[in-house]
Amino acid sequence: MKKRSYIQYLSVPFAVLATLASCQNKDVKTVVEGNVTDQVYVAPGEYDEFYAFLSGGFSGQITAYGLPSGRLLKEIPVFSVYPENGYGYSEETKAMFNTSYGVIPWDDSHHIELSQTDGEFDGRWLFVNGNNTPRIARIDLTTFETVEILEIPDVAGLHCAPFVTENSEYLVSGTRFSLPIPQKDVPISSYKENFTGLINYVSVDAKTGEMDLAFQISMPGFNYDLARNGKGKSHGWSFLTTYNSEQAHTLLEVNASQKDKDLMAIINWKKAEEYLKQGKFTERTTSYFHNLIDEKTGIAASQEMKTTRIIDPKECPGMVYFIPVPKSPHGCDVDPSGEYIVGNGKLSADMSIYSFDKLMAAIESNDFAGDIDGIPVINYESGLHGILTKPGLGPLHTEFDGKGFAYTTFFISSEVVKWNVEKLEVVDRQSTFYSPGHLVIPGGETKKPFGKYLVAMNKITKDRYLPTGPELAHSAQLFDISGDKMKLLLDFPTKGEPHYAQAIPASKIQPNCKKFYKIEENKHPYVAKGEGQAKVERKGNEVHVYMTAIRSHLAPDNIEGVKVGDKVYFHVTNLEQDWDVPHGFAMQGAATAEILIMPGQTRTLLWEPGSVGIYAYYCTDFCSALHQEMSGYMRVSAQDSNVPLRWSLGENIEDKVEIPES
Amino acid sequence: MFIAIISLCGVFLFPLWKITLDAAQFPGGLELNIWINRFSGGEEGEYIIQNINILNHYIGMQFIEPDSIPELIYFPYVIFGMLLLGIISILINRQWGYVSWTTLLCILSGLGVYDFYLWMYDYGHNLDPNAPIKVSGMTYMPPLFGEKDLLNFYVASYPATGTFFLCGTIMLAFLAFYFSKKTQNQ
Repeated sequence: MKKRSYIQYLSVPFAVLATLASCQNKDVKTVVEGNVTDQVYVAPGEYDEFYAFLSGGFSGQITAYGLPSGRLLKEIPVFSVYPENGYGYSEETKAMFNTSYGVIPWDDSHHIELSQTDGEFDGRWLFVNGNNTPRIARIDLTTFETVEILEIPDVAGLHCAPFVTENSEYLVSGTRFSLPIPQKDVPISSYKENFTGLINYVSVDAKTGEMDLAFQISMPGFNYDLARNGKGKSHGWSFLTTYNSEQAHTLLEVNASQKDKDLMAIINWKKAEEYLKQGKFTERTTSYFHNLIDEKTGIAASQEMKTTRIIDPKECPGMVYFIPVPKSPHGCDVDPSGEYIVGNGKLSADMSIYSFDKLMAAIESNDFAGDIDGIPVINYESGLHGILTKPGLGPLHTEFDGKGFAYTTFFISSEVVKWNVEKLEVVDRQSTFYSPGHLVIPGGETKKPFGKYLVAMNKITKDRYLPTGPELAHSAQLFDISGDKMKLLLDFPTKGEPHYAQAIPASKIQPNCKKFYKIEENKHPYVAKGEGQAKVERKGNEVHVYMTAIRSHLAPDNIEGVKVGDKVYFHVTNLEQDWDVPHGFAMQGAATAEILIMPGQTRTLLWEPGSVGIYAYYCTDFCSALHQEMSGYMRVSAQDSNVPLRWSLGENIEDKVEIPES
Repeated sequence: MFIAIISLCGVFLFPLWKITLDAAQFPGGLELNIWINRFSGGEEGEYIIQNINILNHYIGMQFIEPDSIPELIYFPYVIFGMLLLGIISILINRQWGYVSWTTLLCILSGLGVYDFYLWMYDYGHNLDPNAPIKVSGMTYMPPLFGEKDLLNFYVASYPATGTFFLCGTIMLAFLAFYFSKKTQNQ
């Protein structure tokens, strides 16, 4: 009987879907209109206009694409180990995966955020969240390398992250799954009594970009989903959509979809800063890790952090408000002026658009419809700019073109809809193939969007590309939005499942791109700044090889005196000081990965020989005409052998002086 | 004559010669600037010597080591000497003073160019017999003046701004000689 009622319930939206879809006159065979190749063709030797950074979803990485060509430029490893260059395998990068859960070498990366200055992209850093093991990473855009990862304690499913404020003061995040705080062994059915949701503010150092968990705000046990920060007049405020205000804990598909309205949280973080200064917080003992790469040595170090500061809205009036938002919202987006906040109810046929001025007026005049756990709930109508009625089905995310229009993806009706923010009128719609999640307009979340292109990130790719078995790449679709009508220009496959992207004019990154690391600035403890410094040292059962790589040889290229059971550390310094000349290092039978060493950098590979014999090592990056010759031999002797430790390059190893063991 | 001396100082401010190496793998080419007392690269070419040496070792050319080239140390002293002699010639203010100074500078400049030629001849011809890449009959001397194909590189070698200052100095000194003659005749 119960089952039947579900079916009845679900049939309602599907009936709406059918009606709406039929009047959209959709044609899945639609390709492109007219000759658009000129618009996406970037001739050999020319550059793309924009960098687009797409999150890698379940790949745990980020990919950089060029727009408008859709060419893949680089895959940046962030939360997942990456055998292609040894990230997570080299001794320098292993610490990047330390968390309070142990070493977690994978994640689910979702939202890309570029650093901002005065509400515009400054091209310095890129932030992305790990959804599974709650953490936020920072990528340095001079090197396109992950340089920092900060874990967020006492949250689960850090989906709602890491949304940046107008001057990169903070990265705002919220827990997707509420949890008992502190963690404890309680019945799951005690959800309502025992579970709390945290909203987190990570500060970003204006000079170095270094992250620090400034404070957390304890909230009712809802699911916090997405956020944006105010800009311009709404600077200082954060807006977060939440779902499951039903506080259900089983069969959420149904039980968390009962109420017609969920809630949007509105946070005055400047007020929170004041309360923090006044000491109105609880210091809680917990555990989370901060992993940071030292710029001079290139080595990541982990620090376990043991305290966090939690602010309770009950004791801090004027800091947090709620306002109802249509059913199960997903997107929460602020327009370039900072006045309008779009709340997308993904199970609602309508979209609510709020006005910042009206929200402030409602707060001023205590226009509340009660409170939840001491948090005032603003009257829905009082904060509303208006409702965009029946724009499509399943609204998810909205971006802006800076010309007064918003573009929203509709997952269920599979389209992008363009609408006028002020007038609340739909002006254009374009089918996507198929089921778009996020979309991105270069600068579309900033004060000054570059309203030229739009990329829809589609979840389903059936029949768009040559089939590749049961799994198909997700597709991104590029639209020209410079005219009145959107125009489909290009499809291109993506890696993993991108959840959001940000795009920035190449001119803001390209001139600052680092070409190599200066060897005189290399402070790695095992650096060899020239072949004269290449050597092998034994410390107990550890053997440290100070190796150099330069076209086209490794020094030393013959090593003897290593024994079974030793831990052999190859510290390879790339002596090159030229752009695009990395060297690789691979050891026969290494149980980890090979490593890539950038010019001027030192990287360490640990190898534990398991049996006696001669082992070959070599360069893996085709560096020069004599790359194949860039190799060497390691002799491994039995544990009790008395073969002396010695090494050579270009001379007979027998002529080398025996080095006494220390 | 005073301007001539000032102009001679230009050899410290600008490179004397520029050799450009062009190849597909080096968009924009590699630029080697030769100064009176040092070498330098073009834009971002801080490590030009190391990078040229890496390329040259395949064909067995010797490494260019600025520290081992004594001319880079004593040439500046020669210029200082000439500056001093120039001032003396102004003090003397006689025709013979100017003409001998100009002639001396011409001879020294000629010797400098010849010395440069000898170095390049040595680098281009004195190859390591064990070089990994051997092309029979090939020598790798860059042109003293002009352009030339050397394996995958197209090499262009021309005087740079510093040399033009040197030439300007010679001309100005000659003018000083010319006018001083006139004034003395009057």
